[in-house]
Amino acid sequence: MLTYAIAIAFGIVSAAVLLNAYRLFQGPDVLDRVVALDTMYINTIGLLILAGIWWATDIFFEAALLIAMMGFVGTVGMARFLLRGDLIE
Amino acid sequence: MEELPLYLQSIIAALILFGAIFAFIGSLGLAKLPDFYMRLHGPTKATTLGLGAMLVGSMIFFSVTKGSLTLHEVLITLFLFITAPVSAHILSKSAIRERIYDSTGMVEEKTRELF
Repeated sequence: MLTYAIAIAFGIVSAAVLLNAYRLFQGPDVLDRVVALDTMYINTIGLLILAGIWWATDIFFEAALLIAMMGFVGTVGMARFLLRGDLIE
Repeated sequence: MEELPLYLQSIIAALILFGAIFAFIGSLGLAKLPDFYMRLHGPTKATTLGLGAMLVGSMIFFSVTKGSLTLHEVLITLFLFITAPVSAHILSKSAIRERIYDSTGMVEEKTRELF
C-alpha cells in the first residue's frame, strides 16, 4: 500500500514542479520567476524525501538539507539585488 | 517496505498524500492567481505545510525501519519554517520597491505615500 501511495505522491509533486516551470517561463516580471524558483526548490526537497522513503536509504537527506540552505541564500540574494542594486555594499 | 504493519503503512501513506496534495495546491496557486502578491501568498504557506507533513511521514518511516528514533528531518522542517516568512517578506518588499501593483489598487495607494 505504501508503494502505491509513494508513486501517487511522486506524480502529484512532479505535476507541481511542472506548474512551477510554467510560471518560471511565463512570469511577467523578474520577481515572479524568483518566487517560481523558490517554490521549485521546496518541491524538489519533497521529491528527494519521497525517493529516500522509496529506496529506504537516508543518503538523500544531506542533499535535501543542502538544497534547503542554498535555495534560501539564493532567493535572498536575488531579492536583495533587486532591492538595492548591489549585493555587498 | 511492505513488511511494515498495516496501521503504520496507512499513517505514513496518509501523511505523504496530504503533503503532496498541499504542495500541488500551492503550486496551482502560483500558476493561476492573478497578481504578484496573491502568487507570493500561495506557495509560501501551502507548500511549507505540505513539505512539513511529508517530512513527518519520513521521520516515522525511518524511526520504525531503523528501530531507533531518528530526528534529523526536524532540521529541514525547522529551517524551512524559519526561512520561508523571511524570504516572502524580502520578496514583497522588493516588489513594492519595483512598483509592482496588485489588481485591487491598494498597494498602489500605499506606495504613493511611501515614495
